[in-house]
Amino acid sequence: MNRLQTELPGLSMKNPVMPASGCFGFGQEFAKLYDLNKLGAICVKAVTLDERAGNPTPRVAETPGGMLNAIGLQNPGLSHVLENELPWLEKYDIPVVVNIAGYEPTDYTEVAREISRAKNVSAIELNISCPNVKEGGIAFGTHAATAADLTEKVKAVSNVPVYVKLSPNVTDIVPIAKAVESAGADGLSMINTLLGMRIDLKTGKPVLANKTGGLSGAAIKPVAIRMIYEVSQQVDIPIIGMGGIFEVDDILEFMMAGASAVAVGTANFIDPFACPNLIEGLEKRMDELGIDKLSSITGRSSLLCRQTL
Amino acid sequence: MKDEYLKIKEQKQLAPNIFQVKLQGKSIREMTAPGQFVHVKIQPGIDPSLRRPLSIADVEAEKEELTLIYRTEGRGTKLLAGKVPGEEIKVFGPLGKGFPTDAVKSGDTCLLVGGGVGIPPLYYLGRQLAEKGAEIITILGFRKAEDIFLEEEFQQLGKVIITTEDGSKGVKGYVTDAINQLASSYDTYYTCGPNPMLRAVEETAKGPGFVSMEERMGCGIGACLACVCQLKDPGSTSGRKYRKICSDGPVFPAGEVLI
Repeated sequence: MNRLQTELPGLSMKNPVMPASGCFGFGQEFAKLYDLNKLGAICVKAVTLDERAGNPTPRVAETPGGMLNAIGLQNPGLSHVLENELPWLEKYDIPVVVNIAGYEPTDYTEVAREISRAKNVSAIELNISCPNVKEGGIAFGTHAATAADLTEKVKAVSNVPVYVKLSPNVTDIVPIAKAVESAGADGLSMINTLLGMRIDLKTGKPVLANKTGGLSGAAIKPVAIRMIYEVSQQVDIPIIGMGGIFEVDDILEFMMAGASAVAVGTANFIDPFACPNLIEGLEKRMDELGIDKLSSITGRSSLLCRQTL
Repeated sequence: MKDEYLKIKEQKQLAPNIFQVKLQGKSIREMTAPGQFVHVKIQPGIDPSLRRPLSIADVEAEKEELTLIYRTEGRGTKLLAGKVPGEEIKVFGPLGKGFPTDAVKSGDTCLLVGGGVGIPPLYYLGRQLAEKGAEIITILGFRKAEDIFLEEEFQQLGKVIITTEDGSKGVKGYVTDAINQLASSYDTYYTCGPNPMLRAVEETAKGPGFVSMEERMGCGIGACLACVCQLKDPGSTSGRKYRKICSDGPVFPAGEVLI
């Protein structure tokens, strides 16, 4: 028995760990460091209909326990990804999740239709939460009705399960999660980055050329845990948890809060071998904690508390 | 490229805010190309949260010894300056594409132009060019005389011209003033320094040249797209219109990217 086996709609994973979208490109750089088959799955960078140049630099700024980024969804566009990036990944025997973004609902549906028909795509991650672009992205993710409407449209054209990536930049995330579930989402990804800012004291100007950026890293972990705990009790679809996972214990904490799988983002920059190191350390820690099968701990925390937040 | 703990052998201050650290470890044997960099995790944990990209100043492959020279700018580099011999830091590298030297022949003249903390990678380059029998002319730009470092080391490779903005030593003004006045004939130039300096050198210097860039980085291997720059002439290629400083660079042929 594989104690780490993780089964989600469209994703049969030998462990619950995947790199988070935007932190891993399309896999080629990290494939020079280790065998990507070690991963539970791979979530590749956001794909838009047309190529996007992204934001001016500086695009990153360090913060205590984290970082701000404002890359701006830079990507080579749908056709390039279909012709080059996805075929390159075919040599790996792991589920591929493609994050998709757009300016208009029709951008999303066109990308979803095409991407979901690529032969090695197992699921779509619907990005309605990128804080670093003016149009699209987060504009779809902060209102329940808008998010649900887009989810429904994307579901209607997609041949693979759709995970909606939620934004934490809202007063109450639960109604949005429930709305996209009702609209047919197969799962949720949460959380995207928290909108933040830093100012350079010498110039008096924001450090990032985009002024604001998305905060990620260990600093946001408690926010992610709280939101996953809240949402998991209100929806029946599985959650891929993310936001500041650096250690094996973080994975277990996310799962106990209600996640069924996890994505590792910023940690890949600090330890380029973060994903395989975390996967390797899981079973030993499960032994110490007396956990037989990893999937059994999903939502354990809320079950023990027997009350919602 | 490996991510290995390297032991600090020596740590010393070369000038105000400029430190030199010597490290030892097996992965250093791979650091053969000048102009590459390493991504340094200064201490375990999440403080500081990101790595620091530092250029390779020199390598003694046989002794497995790496020299990094850096400016204490923020919290990370200040912490690094406080590390003492015997302590270890995690070093990922070598990363990026360095200075091309294959076309340089014995007897060629190479001009090295460095400003401030852009000077260190030119030293490892200069040593390799000198070994190939090239004649080295080095122009080093500083704000003032007390900021000068590596002058004697470069003198062992060839002629050195110092410029200071306040005229307290050498040529008063910028490195470009020295190029115009004193270094009119050379086959190839190599430059590293702050962007305004790189732009000025590109405009002033003649012939084939190579420019080494700097930018805030995330992953250091080309995955996160934090450190991209644009092509000067995007119409010249049907491929990507941008370059990643960490993995396509940090060294680019002069004129290729927008500085």
